[in-house]
Amino acid sequence: MKVEQIAIFLENKSGRLAEITSILAQKGINIRAMSLADTADFGILRLIVNDTESACQALRDEGFTVGKTHVVVIEVPDQPGGLASVLKQIKDGGLNIEYMYAFTQRSGETGLIIFRFDETDIAIETLNKAGVRILSGEEVYAI
Amino acid sequence: MMWDEEHETMPREELEPLQLRRLQDQIARVYATVPYYRAKMDEAHVAPGDIKALADINKLPFTTKEDLRKNYPFGLFTVPLERIVRIHASSGTTGKPTVVGYTKRDIKLWANLMSRTLAAAGATSKDIIHNSYGYGLFTGGMGAHYGAENLGATVVPVSGGNSKRQITIMRDFQATVLLSTPSYALNLADTMADMGVSPSDLALRIGVFGAEPWSENMREEIEKKLSIKAIDIYGLSEIIGPGVAAECHERQSGLHIMEDHFLPEIVDPETFEPLALGEKGELVFTTLTKEAFPVIRYRTKDFSRLLTDPCICGRTFYRMEKVTGRSDDMLIIRGVNVFPSQIEHVLVSIEGVEPHYQIIVEREGNMDTMEVQVEVSEAVFSDEIKKLEALSKKIQYDIKDLLGVSCRIKLVEPKSIQRSEGKAQRVIDNRKM
Ligand SMILES: [Zn+2]
Repeated sequence: MKVEQIAIFLENKSGRLAEITSILAQKGINIRAMSLADTADFGILRLIVNDTESACQALRDEGFTVGKTHVVVIEVPDQPGGLASVLKQIKDGGLNIEYMYAFTQRSGETGLIIFRFDETDIAIETLNKAGVRILSGEEVYAI
Repeated sequence: MMWDEEHETMPREELEPLQLRRLQDQIARVYATVPYYRAKMDEAHVAPGDIKALADINKLPFTTKEDLRKNYPFGLFTVPLERIVRIHASSGTTGKPTVVGYTKRDIKLWANLMSRTLAAAGATSKDIIHNSYGYGLFTGGMGAHYGAENLGATVVPVSGGNSKRQITIMRDFQATVLLSTPSYALNLADTMADMGVSPSDLALRIGVFGAEPWSENMREEIEKKLSIKAIDIYGLSEIIGPGVAAECHERQSGLHIMEDHFLPEIVDPETFEPLALGEKGELVFTTLTKEAFPVIRYRTKDFSRLLTDPCICGRTFYRMEKVTGRSDDMLIIRGVNVFPSQIEHVLVSIEGVEPHYQIIVEREGNMDTMEVQVEVSEAVFSDEIKKLEALSKKIQYDIKDLLGVSCRIKLVEPKSIQRSEGKAQRVIDNRKM
């Protein structure tokens, strides 16, 4: 139920994001989801791709600092209050969100939200019990 | 007023023979009493008898900080410890500090040189001297203190720190002369402004500033903010401490070197060949009269030139131009010596951090700022902002803890730090002196 995410360290310099996407494009790697978190000095780019291993290798070869982490991808009914109810389950379950970002999907019937919890396994267990739909890695990579 | 008019105005044709006699005596004594110097001279095939003119000094080997460290702590003393009455040591250096010793006569000489310095700055026995130089192993505090007492002035031995209290004391005691590092003087000026104390509430008229390089702009700012005349002085513990050279208040341009006790040379920083009078290079000093810890051709790593034109104050001593830079990696940040290797030490002691860093020094306004750029390795990288921010704070804290200097930390991508021929350029000093 865990999905692999790549995190890349970036200095706040122009053009770095474009460089990364072109490195991945050259290797035929598709980006499924992307989010950039930044401070005044640096940024962290988080990506979900169809081939994590090759992406990590390609970026490392180009001198980037890369890390892999696990995130949880949750399906949220695309209707008013859909996200609110998921967040309530998370809160009731006592789970701690480090960060989250939305996922664009072609079909548009459901929204996908990526959550980074401090304790991923416990989060999955809790959310499963609460009946929240969690996507598997295969499902996400294949989107 | 001049403290020692006889020597300070001595005609050059008398001064130079005096320097030569003293140099010959000093070299003979050092050769006879310090095995390390004797070995170095033997190796260079030079004997005390070879020094027949002042120019012969270039036959003698140089002394560096490394020589001093090798002889830690007392190896270069010429007299037994029972004749040493005071020890000082340099702080903030890598590895061993350099230790210097003084006999009773050295202490007296030092006090007289500092009295000359203060008199040249315009101070007299009527002044109340607020001494903010640090007291302790550092030579600044006690060196200035003894000179001020010897001058007959009233000394307030405040030492460093607690700026608000310092200002209260200066105001209540109506101090007329301030002794401190130039950056601390500005700090005091800013604190005064915060406290709503104006220069007219104080009685300050002169500031005597040393221990770090400072610019003419900084002088202007200090003079304006504190409403004083700011005087530059020069000294380093290896030579004696403060009291090696001082500006006269009449001119405030170039520092008169106490040439009857210290013989200056300017050498090419690459070839170490002597340069012609007036050319700019590394400043080298030989002590002429010190007993316990004489140094021969000590390379200061400071850049300057000698100014030989006669001075309106009447002193015949050559002047050294305000020091504009250092020839090696040592950085002086707000009066504190900082070595890149110390930063490296901090970095490698944090788990996962690699010693890939660069130090960037700027002068913002009149304060030195130091930024340490650290490359982010995979071992310390996290997908969470807060973890990287915590890392950055830890590095900052540890540097402050070790060096006593605040700095800014910037996390950078690997390999973003310039490397030339495999060796990283550790320091970029953008300060314009
Ligand atoms: Zn003068």
